Amino acid sequence: MVEPLLRVEQVSKRFGGLLALDRASLLAPAGRITALIGPNGAGKTTLFSIIAGFAPPSEGRIVYDGADVTGEPPHRLARRGIARTFQIVQPFTTLTVRENIAVGAHLSRPARADALAAAGDVARTVGLGELLDRPAATLTVAGRKRLELARALAIEPRLLLLDEVLAGLNPSEIRDMMPIIHTIRDRGITIVMIEHVMQAVMSLAEHVFVLSEGRIIAEGPPQAIAGDPRVVEAYLGHGAASRMLAEGTGHA
Amino acid sequence: MRTFAPILIVTALLATVPAITSSNVVLNFLVVALLIALVGQGWNLLGGYGGQYSFGHAAFFGTGAYATAILQVHYGINAWLGLFIGIAAGALVGAVIGALSFRSGLKGSYFALVTLAFAEVLRIIASVAPITGAGVGTLIKLDLRPEAFQFQSRAPFYWIILVLVGLSLVLIRMIEDSRFGAYLVALRENEDAAQALGVNTTMVKLLAMTISAAITAAGGCFYAQYFLFIDAGIAYGPWISVEALLAPIIGGIGTVFGPLLGALVVKTLGELTKLMTGDAPGLDLVIYGSVLILVIAFAPRGITGILLDLRHRLVSLRRAAPASMGGGHG
Repeated sequence: MVEPLLRVEQVSKRFGGLLALDRASLLAPAGRITALIGPNGAGKTTLFSIIAGFAPPSEGRIVYDGADVTGEPPHRLARRGIARTFQIVQPFTTLTVRENIAVGAHLSRPARADALAAAGDVARTVGLGELLDRPAATLTVAGRKRLELARALAIEPRLLLLDEVLAGLNPSEIRDMMPIIHTIRDRGITIVMIEHVMQAVMSLAEHVFVLSEGRIIAEGPPQAIAGDPRVVEAYLGHGAASRMLAEGTGHA
Repeated sequence: MRTFAPILIVTALLATVPAITSSNVVLNFLVVALLIALVGQGWNLLGGYGGQYSFGHAAFFGTGAYATAILQVHYGINAWLGLFIGIAAGALVGAVIGALSFRSGLKGSYFALVTLAFAEVLRIIASVAPITGAGVGTLIKLDLRPEAFQFQSRAPFYWIILVLVGLSLVLIRMIEDSRFGAYLVALRENEDAAQALGVNTTMVKLLAMTISAAITAAGGCFYAQYFLFIDAGIAYGPWISVEALLAPIIGGIGTVFGPLLGALVVKTLGELTKLMTGDAPGLDLVIYGSVLILVIAFAPRGITGILLDLRHRLVSLRRAAPASMGGGHG
């Protein structure tokens, strides 16, 4: 197997007495979509923050593209090609859509005109082409999610960390968004996504990691994961899998 | 070039004032207003564009003023050279205070308090150190030659401060259109998001503070040459920190012309209240305070914001007018 683009090795994170992450490990093979799922409070966003450099791990290390990048600040990781979106969208509200995206595009383009032009191109890939000159504050939730994605794409990342880009969208908006994520993957960008929308995880991800109470409790292809009793129990509570199984046989 | 046209027009119009009037009262008023505009423009870069509210721009103003004065009085260094050294000294103080506060992650009111504290420390040092003349202050010897940066009439002073203000306008406009400017505004809006996009926010803030301090220090250097006397309370006193933030906040924070507009309005207001109240001590400050509260409460984007809203309304009115006429026929 080829060396994965991202390797999270035995990462733990302690907040005082709370162990938010407990020796969590994860691999993201280059050019693939990997999903990270798990119940609320499992530690998914904490793990993303650690990968993107916003918080140092208490233990363990992050290896990106063969280099140990543990503890590097976010802006340096961004320059290495790691982009993230935020679960709670963080637009630059007084700026227009184009100006928002241009901040990302500036990473490889010092000239203002180049960055603004590149921002236009990125906006069109995510379907914001019509809204370029609108202030970011006037966007809908779906628009803001797209903007979050566009800004991250504008830094031309090799690894894209998507933190619930589909959350809060209605089914038709989710249908519109899924092909965009596919397109990004087809351009060769490696994606790790945190997602609660299972329909999306099933159809987009090639490999799924399940985080529960800070531990990776299962991993595998999406279909296998969906039927894994440990995963069902993590979501629905202890004994749920056997009860469902019992009910299932009872109906049959 | 089109983006610099308004700056050129405003500066050119202001430059004609000494040709229209030779009244010392008018020129003195405008010199002081432009000085505040310059000092405020320094604050505007860091506070308006970068969102880092300093309460201690006196630290840079005073450093510029003292550098120019002390170099002349004690070392016989030419005042014009002193202007450049003063700007550099102010920038250095800005870089040091910025490095100390930003590297330790100070934000919001903590940053404001720390800058205030630094300015106060400098004021106290200046009020006891022998080199600053301690409590007596520093008097620059009268030497009315252009080579010594002193003039018989007020007009040359007026043009010099106007050139400095013009240069600061051009500089801020250029920053607005640069990567540095985009990064500065991005970190004001959301620091985490800016970092995630590859912005080294500490470095950007530090650079902004250094340039901001340099602009404000230029005002300090000019002050020393214009009034030929400074002491600790003038150079490092809280009054100039307040003027520095009042002008841009009232004129329009984070806009090129905000500080200039604000300085003119604030100074006009100050003169009017003095006329009406007959120099009752402190009353002008009461008026300042009230205006500041009103602006923050009702026009957070300052006068520039009000003007933009008006223009917006006029444009939509004009657009609506033909439509409603058409509607009348139907």
